[in-house]
Amino acid sequence: MEDYKVINDYLMIRLPEEIDHHESLTISARADRYIMSGRVENIVFDFERTTFMDSSGVGIILGRYRKIACFGGKVYAVNADSRIRRILLMSGLEGIVEIMEPKKKCGEVKQ
Amino acid sequence: MIEIVEKREIREVSNEARVEFAAVSDNEAFARMAVAAFIMPLNPTLEELSDVKTAVSEAVTNAVIHGYENRCDRNDKVSMTCRLRGDELEVEISDRGVGIGDVEAAMTPMYTTRPELERSGMGFAFMEAFMDELEVRSEPGRGTSVRMCRKIGMTPWIAGEE
Repeated sequence: MEDYKVINDYLMIRLPEEIDHHESLTISARADRYIMSGRVENIVFDFERTTFMDSSGVGIILGRYRKIACFGGKVYAVNADSRIRRILLMSGLEGIVEIMEPKKKCGEVKQ
Repeated sequence: MIEIVEKREIREVSNEARVEFAAVSDNEAFARMAVAAFIMPLNPTLEELSDVKTAVSEAVTNAVIHGYENRCDRNDKVSMTCRLRGDELEVEISDRGVGIGDVEAAMTPMYTTRPELERSGMGFAFMEAFMDELEVRSEPGRGTSVRMCRKIGMTPWIAGEE
């Protein structure tokens, strides 16, 4: 399964196990290439594999949001565990990113 | 006769480790894993482990991108000292970088001096939230030192009391 995939105008990003400043540089750069291509309107961040995230993850989401929000795009977070949710909420991201409930299983895009 | 004995916390350092590493972003993961390994004997909960790792990651990232201005020069060094006093962990992360002119402003949530790096400005706020104590000392031109403390193994103890 690829980590970056475009479905309709949604960019699905399967995030790595650990998201820190070092990792965030690659993720932001790759995501931006998709945004610049013009095929992407919304972004879904999939935290299924992620067990660690610091404030760099918040920076990734905020930065991508700023790039797509002016075109009416939305940002979603799926499969975030309680610790990642806490970090997203503590940073005041609830108004920016839609945090999907785990029960909905929105991250499952496998057919 | 009932004798009341005042319980004193153990204050002596029972274990200590010090590492010094190059101020490059690859070492952010190294630093938080080193701390995690250091506190393993205390049987931390996943929550405690994750809190400590996040705080350390923030402090080391600050040293790399602000202290040493994101130069990624192997000659710039960050040092990390971990101490255990009973069940309390103390981590001190120091750099000899540019220092912080206004520590109070730097600690304000959402504050960032480098908006071009797309950081969230939440570094110090996370350190404060995830640790019990946070002390920042800095001198412009000389460097910054962040000292953080956190009691480990508290959560199961509280849960066990009920």
